[in-house]
Amino acid sequence: MKRLKLFIPLFACLVLGGFFYNFLVTGKDPSAMPSALLDKPVPAFNLPALGQDNEAAQAFLDESIFQGRASLLNIWATWCAACHIEHPFLNRLAEQGVRIVGVSYRDDPGQARTWLEKGGNPYVANVMDFYGRLGVDLGVFGAPETYLVDAGGIIRHRHIGVLNAEVWRRDFAPRFAELNAGEAL
Amino acid sequence: MNNRGKAIESPAATTPVQRVLGLALMFLCFGLSPAAFSSQAEPENTDIVAFSSEQLRRRYLELVQELRCPKCQNQNLADSNSMIAEDLRNEVYRQLEEGKSDREIVTYLVERYGDFVHYRPPLKAATLALWVLPGLFLCALLLVPLLLLRRQRRNGPAPLSGHEREQLDTLLRDLKE
Repeated sequence: MKRLKLFIPLFACLVLGGFFYNFLVTGKDPSAMPSALLDKPVPAFNLPALGQDNEAAQAFLDESIFQGRASLLNIWATWCAACHIEHPFLNRLAEQGVRIVGVSYRDDPGQARTWLEKGGNPYVANVMDFYGRLGVDLGVFGAPETYLVDAGGIIRHRHIGVLNAEVWRRDFAPRFAELNAGEAL
Repeated sequence: MNNRGKAIESPAATTPVQRVLGLALMFLCFGLSPAAFSSQAEPENTDIVAFSSEQLRRRYLELVQELRCPKCQNQNLADSNSMIAEDLRNEVYRQLEEGKSDREIVTYLVERYGDFVHYRPPLKAATLALWVLPGLFLCALLLVPLLLLRRQRRNGPAPLSGHEREQLDTLLRDLKE
């Protein structure tokens, strides 16, 4: 019995080590929270579209934009440094035919337009969430954030932070393929 | 265990019970230190908002203390200067002025940000450990010294070895002289 007790610290170390190893190797971000909206529809909104110029900005978009085809919902802003890193990859995805709806999150419309003119525009449309109300409804932490929305407007996956090739391959591509296959049937 | 024998040589030596009790006391002290209440500190933000009544103001302050900032997870809404915390404070303010109840506001946020957004999450399967573990730790802290104490009492003091008896005799003789 006394001998066994001597192993308690070792045992405790192994358990702790297991936890640390788990988080180190799987690269899980403990601060990443699952979306409360998973498997729920994109919240209702009715917001101006980010148009080519100020007059075109009069058009309004609502949640029906997600109906019909699986799409990505990407939260971005010109003030967000990580969005600059993410942008080229979004352009690549768009080239491959992925439908991306942008949410210009608490941003200046003029600056957002300039950004798209200079850096390329991967979005089929951009919702202007000037006051961040849609952001709150989505449970957004900050930009960038990307949601996978199915053809019925239901949120299937959420990624907080930069969407890059690795994240796409690991988390999005399989789900996206599945959604598209379901549509084809 | 020759600790018991040594106790005669150095009266300051501690028994296991004392050590465990000391440790328990130490943890309690940490738990009660002001640092543990840092989230109760004065709000850092400097929003200027006008409330239609003093009661609403008080409820607002209570809510932003209790709700957690999703972006900066160790701060509440009141403490955080992040953009999302600002948005959520505005949302709380707006809904209070609309006449929503505290519960409705919390539900609104939990529906969007998950249980995580509340510093007092509800008791359910996923949060069970959160609620039960501290109690278990406290029980263990109380039980271990009690068990040790009982064992010590049952066993009584260990009989002195020949060498220890000699030492005791010398000590007693010295005292008498």
